[in-house]
Amino acid sequence: MEITKPALAGTLESSDCQVTVEPGDGKIDFALESAVINQYGNQIRKVVMETLNNLGINNVKIAIVDKGALDCTIKARVEGAVSRATDHFENNLWGGTGK
Amino acid sequence: MNPNKKRLRRTMMFLNAQKPGLVKDPYIYNPDSIMLDLEDAVAENQKDVARFSLFHALKEIDYRGCERVVRINGLDTAYWKEDIRCAVAGGCDAIRIPKTESPEEVRAVEAEIAIAEKDFNIPVGRTLIMAAIESARGVMKALDVCESSERLFGIALSGGDYTKDLQTRITGTGVELMGARQNMIIAARAAKVQCFDTVFTDLDNMEGFRKEVETIHLMGFDGKSIVNPRQIPVVHDIFTPTQKDIIFAEKVVKEIEEKREKGIGVFTVDGKMIDIAFYDGAKRTIELAKASGVYKGEL
Repeated sequence: MEITKPALAGTLESSDCQVTVEPGDGKIDFALESAVINQYGNQIRKVVMETLNNLGINNVKIAIVDKGALDCTIKARVEGAVSRATDHFENNLWGGTGK
Repeated sequence: MNPNKKRLRRTMMFLNAQKPGLVKDPYIYNPDSIMLDLEDAVAENQKDVARFSLFHALKEIDYRGCERVVRINGLDTAYWKEDIRCAVAGGCDAIRIPKTESPEEVRAVEAEIAIAEKDFNIPVGRTLIMAAIESARGVMKALDVCESSERLFGIALSGGDYTKDLQTRITGTGVELMGARQNMIIAARAAKVQCFDTVFTDLDNMEGFRKEVETIHLMGFDGKSIVNPRQIPVVHDIFTPTQKDIIFAEKVVKEIEEKREKGIGVFTVDGKMIDIAFYDGAKRTIELAKASGVYKGEL
């Protein structure tokens, strides 16, 4: 899937995270802002990269503002932002790969 | 039959499916069921992404035995089929259909669930259905809805929309809901499915809430929809049999079984006249006590 336009998903409420995606420069540019970046930064990065990989996205600028989100929320917000950036909402292969 | 069809459902707590702060740990309040809402709680401009939150919450959060029901968007929207695919793929326990008015709607949902179960390798028949009744027509069709599908475990009154349709309002007295409640519980019992009461939204009026729960308990309802965790202990308190009820029910069951062998049909227990007609009710009290975790006997 190709990111063709900027999109955002999630909020800045506690336990949530806000994910912004926009077209990349041929690679994945990852930026993270989090109060727990020292404790969980690597884990958040890992979850984001795995989610992008499952979606078949390797060319994107992605910025996360984390407010204490669980892994399941991070995955949901990344997928939500990518869906908005690609206009892909129906017939998802829920839990499958290569959406 | 799916063994979960008759499970204990005293409380069903509504949660906005796309609010991470709400869906991450509702089990700490011990509701019997949680209702992850994709419908009214989700703003129109968030419908597109709410399913992702739902799917991953269902897949990854351990709800510790709470039943996970998903309220899908109405069958008059573009969302409901993908809602079902997402919820079934996530492994939800049941789908709640809003604004149900006919058995055909239940069967349409049933067909989509069956396709999704096949597509996502979920055992066929695992996903149950409940139907929300929210209109005068729905109340009049309650029995047909109750008998529409083997997957349907119950019906629930949605008082807000129903009173609008009836051209009245929620008064706090219950008078405006009297007919619907009576009709629905009779229909549910005739079809041998469960029946659930509407939410009580005046959150500071705990006395009024308790009275309403006592009323619907006496009417025969199986449980109530909940919008705030502090309502849960009140419902559980009223719906859980007391030790006095349990001891009496135990005596009734034992006596009826003993006397039946001796050919005696009518006798007294603690000064009350008892016959076979009391048997099912006493058994139900024991079953409810067991399901509520308060039965320590041997029956």
